[in-house]
Amino acid sequence: MTFLHRHKWLTPYLLLLPGIAWLAVFFLVPLGFLGYQSLQSGSFESGYSFTWEFSNYWDAISTYNEQLIRSFLYAGIATVIALLVAYPLVYWIAFRGGRWKNLFLILIVAPLFVTYLVRTLAWLNILADEGPIVNTLKTLGILGSDGRLLATGFAVVAGITYNFLPFMALPLYVSLEQIDSRLLEAAEDLYASKRQAFLRVTLPLSAPGIVAGTLLTFIPAAGDFINAQLLGTPRQSMVGNVIQSKFLELIDYPAAASLSFILMALILAALLVYARAVGTERLTG
Amino acid sequence: MRWVRKHLLTGYAILAFGYLMLPVAVVILFSFNAPAGRFNYVWEGFTLDNWIHWDAVPGIRDAVVKSLEVGIVSTIAATALGTVLALAIVRHRFRGRGFVNVLVFLPMSTPEIVLGASLLTMFLQAQVVTGFVTIFIAHVMFIVSYVVVTVKARLIDFDRHLEEAAMDLGAGEWTTFRLITLPLLAPAILSAALLGFALSIDDFVITYFVAGSTTTFPLFVWGAARVSVPPQVNVIASAIFLVSVLFMVGNVLWGLRASRRSREPLPQALPIPEALPQPEAA
Repeated sequence: MTFLHRHKWLTPYLLLLPGIAWLAVFFLVPLGFLGYQSLQSGSFESGYSFTWEFSNYWDAISTYNEQLIRSFLYAGIATVIALLVAYPLVYWIAFRGGRWKNLFLILIVAPLFVTYLVRTLAWLNILADEGPIVNTLKTLGILGSDGRLLATGFAVVAGITYNFLPFMALPLYVSLEQIDSRLLEAAEDLYASKRQAFLRVTLPLSAPGIVAGTLLTFIPAAGDFINAQLLGTPRQSMVGNVIQSKFLELIDYPAAASLSFILMALILAALLVYARAVGTERLTG
Repeated sequence: MRWVRKHLLTGYAILAFGYLMLPVAVVILFSFNAPAGRFNYVWEGFTLDNWIHWDAVPGIRDAVVKSLEVGIVSTIAATALGTVLALAIVRHRFRGRGFVNVLVFLPMSTPEIVLGASLLTMFLQAQVVTGFVTIFIAHVMFIVSYVVVTVKARLIDFDRHLEEAAMDLGAGEWTTFRLITLPLLAPAILSAALLGFALSIDDFVITYFVAGSTTTFPLFVWGAARVSVPPQVNVIASAIFLVSVLFMVGNVLWGLRASRRSREPLPQALPIPEALPQPEAA
């Protein structure tokens, strides 16, 4: 104790040590191993050796560009739909929810408490070939008589959208909830129409929530493989499916590792483009 | 027409809540189904059998027990590590702040599949046998960041005058921490722990990579999904759901009552990170 009193500057480092060590050893170091693995050559039978095999990356891109593009396309569409669905809903909670706001919020996060796989499987029931939705669409003539929703890109995007919607809604809610209602009154006093007040006061003030929600939805969606696996077919497979099967079924570690890094690099690139578009200060606070 | 416009948004909100609840309702409904064949996709008839004989499917009981065990131990470890980290970040000045913030933020913004794949790569190279311990390591790793974010939010609003008052009255640093700081932080720590537990028992992707031959409930569902999913899976999922929602509703009502009594603003009843946790500038 006296030692600590004499060296007070040590306290923060001692507090940081266990947590930071855990993250360093079980997050940073593994990423290093993954990078090392991605540059190896060889096979599972004959063993791998480190040979700066950069061609793993080019091979992965040229072989799996279709899955890579599809991942970002599906994740992008799902993110936009989630934003459009969530915004009016959390707007309603923030401005009309009254004292029951927190209970309405529970309804938004509630789906997260149904096991991820089980709630995705529920869409198998909902979108089933002879289910009510498919039958209604057939009656309306939107879907042909042998049309189906399962095993299509639609089902996969619908699943992703549903599964990550709460991650869009929560930060949106936080930013809308923080808006000072006096600002909206001021806009009204200055003869702004409802529409103008929304476009020039509410929407810009909720921008941090839109940015945060977009990131929280897009990043996990781009790496997802469960929706494509359960609701789609190999024709809808995403880059996550490839990484998963290469790692755990085909035992092709270098290819799987390089694809993982390509996925991360592409997400980072997408973030940078997005940061340019919305302004860096909004992204980094 | 004016009535329609006035209530348009409310109507939309009802529809959207319906959309959010639909799969939840389906999961619960089909937990009472008596499927005719192997597949639980079509409604055949109401039965309570699945709930009464929830462990009639081989392996499901072990999987549920394993999930609870992993959830409890990793939540305790992650909550302790994360709370201490949050205290250090908010309360102290130190070199390398930017690095610490980024390191806490990164696991939350890395796709789960990359987290799982990189951990498995390391375990394979280090010839660690994957199983319960590696699942525990992985879960603590990804829960810690969420704990830090939740506890940090509370610490920033913390009224330090209370601690100063205790010190003025002669309490030492440790006594102040034990009698003032910790009790006031308790609700935030509890929210963080509940969030961590929920994340742990729900995790599939990372666990799938580092589980070895150990089976948690989500892994059991994955295995079952390749053949046929028994209604007992819906029973377990419904039970987890109902318990979680009861916890949250109780928490919110408790908050409402407390705020009515003290006329304070509504407390944050859910562990919602303040938007996206962002790394502070170094």
